[in-house]
Amino acid sequence: MMLRSTIVKMSLATVAVLSFGSTTLSADTLSDVQKNGFVKCGVDGGLPGFSEVGSDGVYKGIDVDLCRAVAAAVFGDAKKVKYVALNAKERLTALQSGEIDMLSRNTTWTFTRDASLGLNFAGVNYYDGQGFMVNKKLGVKSAKELDGASICLQTGTTTELNVADYFRSNKMKYKLVSYDTNDQVLKGYETGRCDVLTSDQSQLYGLRIKLAKPDESIVLPEVISKEPLGPVVRQGDDKWFDIVKWTLYGMLNAEEAGVTTANVDAMLKTDNPDIKRLLGVEGQLGEQLGLKKDFMVPVLKQVGNYGESFEATVGVGSPLKIARGYNALWNKGGIQYAPPFR
Amino acid sequence: MLALLRNQKVRGILFQFLTVVGLVAFLWYIGNNTVANIEQRGIQTGFDFLSGTAGFGIDQSPISYTEEDTHGRVFWVGLLNTLIIAFVGIVLATLLGLVIGILRLSKNWLIAKLARTYVDFFRNIPLLLQLLFWYNVVLRAMPSPKQSYAFFDMFFINNRGLYFPLPDYNTTFFMILGSFVVALMASLALNRWSNKRKENTGQDFAVLPWALGMFILFPILAYFLGGANLVFSFPALMGFNFKGGKTLSPEFLALTFALTIYTATFIAEAVRSGIEAVSHGQKEAATSLGLSNYQSLKLVVLPQAIRIAIPPIINQYLNLTKNSSLATAVGYPEIVTVFAGTSLNQVGQAIEIIMMTMLVYLFISLAVSALLNWFNHKMKIKER
Repeated sequence: MMLRSTIVKMSLATVAVLSFGSTTLSADTLSDVQKNGFVKCGVDGGLPGFSEVGSDGVYKGIDVDLCRAVAAAVFGDAKKVKYVALNAKERLTALQSGEIDMLSRNTTWTFTRDASLGLNFAGVNYYDGQGFMVNKKLGVKSAKELDGASICLQTGTTTELNVADYFRSNKMKYKLVSYDTNDQVLKGYETGRCDVLTSDQSQLYGLRIKLAKPDESIVLPEVISKEPLGPVVRQGDDKWFDIVKWTLYGMLNAEEAGVTTANVDAMLKTDNPDIKRLLGVEGQLGEQLGLKKDFMVPVLKQVGNYGESFEATVGVGSPLKIARGYNALWNKGGIQYAPPFR
Repeated sequence: MLALLRNQKVRGILFQFLTVVGLVAFLWYIGNNTVANIEQRGIQTGFDFLSGTAGFGIDQSPISYTEEDTHGRVFWVGLLNTLIIAFVGIVLATLLGLVIGILRLSKNWLIAKLARTYVDFFRNIPLLLQLLFWYNVVLRAMPSPKQSYAFFDMFFINNRGLYFPLPDYNTTFFMILGSFVVALMASLALNRWSNKRKENTGQDFAVLPWALGMFILFPILAYFLGGANLVFSFPALMGFNFKGGKTLSPEFLALTFALTIYTATFIAEAVRSGIEAVSHGQKEAATSLGLSNYQSLKLVVLPQAIRIAIPPIINQYLNLTKNSSLATAVGYPEIVTVFAGTSLNQVGQAIEIIMMTMLVYLFISLAVSALLNWFNHKMKIKER
């Protein structure tokens, strides 16, 4: 009898497996995140200003701030983030496979990535463009003089496509030296394996301060591409997509309305209807996202508005000292423009 | 029915059948699940990407490649680069391993100890670390192109690689190349003939001087027959870098050094254990037959030792081939770096690309092991 029941069990299991068909991965990222108690956020981890582990062992940077903001929006606590450091090659696969909930890793929004990789870009948190860094000793003043140069870059980026296009359209030749991580790229440049380091301009400044002698290198004036960098989520989960997108827009709207970390409590009592809606004093905007209606309050308290985050991580308050440029608000000469909270 | 189940044979078949069904069902389930999930996410599938433009550059390519070529061509470039590094690595590791393995058995105390130290040292350091050592510590520490180490103004070493002159590919060049092949084939044929003659008549025939003569004479003949028009292009410093001649990149050199030096230790051990495994009595018997030391090594010990050493050496060849994928750490553009790396990142179709890459290694490994199994079979003791 024993034997029989074993056989019955086995065949039952087989049938069960066969009839199961396919189970699809849960498409509700928000409830997964709430169940886990933290947001799994993919970052670079080695890029000053964007995402870097500080001397106190805490992740810092403008990309990191977005992870923290989403955690604050979901949990009311910006610390509930689990960071996953990814190189350029791994990042999109990690998101596709569900290893991370969102990717905030200076990732360029391109057609292919948006359309064919099963991903969605939830806005732009940094408008960038690709540039070149060379040693002053070479005496090069323009990217047009780089014919025949060896170029170090990070593989798996839009960078390697742009550089190929640029040299081809200018009828110049180059030798490509590609590495997996920014640290390797920088080491290759520093030891003279290549003449030129190319990357997004913001990264060039970030990498330059890591050099032993930053003053010996200059960033050439040419910007050869458009690089809108932004957070990415998986396609097919619109709720989570909206949460990430509107957390970023909330930070931009807060800057526009003048709500800061310091004055957010006072602003709760304001008469301005825009701010009232933003902070959830009026209306139920947050609840439409599946969050608390005042979800932006902890974001602004713990992370700050976009401008604050920018200045502290890459702007004048940081070693990078990058000017706002394109990243200024639309009404201050830039192109950062968030749809209204309404 | 139950009585039938108590039959051991029937039961055995039944369980085997159920296992197969279960396994197939499991694989089918996984496959189905993957496809469904991919569709749900809106990720592209299929192999159309292979005909899409790659758009990125590759530094070293044995076949012509530009940014406008397709991902399919990237695959071939990567595959060829893998085969090149595997071939170079296997040849060099075999030579080095053979020498070290024989030195290990030297009666000279110092030589034996040095060989042993070499084996113990390099065998016990992870390959990736050795690779990074050669790349970062040794090759990157070379001077910049303008301060290259130069030898006879023909060979240059700097942190961009090793530069050496190369003859232009013209008729003379190919004639000379062909003459080496002819000389090689002729020597092999001669060797075969002399072996046969010895079997039949017992007379020795000195093959070596003849073979050497052919290797010298044939290329000289080919040089004049081909129009005596051998033009070398010399590397020369121009602009940022050297132009002309041929370059071996630091990435290639580092990978070659690391793979060769690491794998040679294992091959040396296989050679040594093979030789030591031949029982001492065999050697004594050879001596008592009046064979000289060299003769006993060549005719008695080595034929038996090789037989023992071949299987572990095959394993090392396969390991070396697979280990070449560590190239991704230094950026040598073999298949894992460019195809399963860069292409994968640009098109994002991980399953197809990783599958293709895995199949490549599977095929290479199976082919190498089939070849060497055939050789092994051929070398087997013919029991009479």
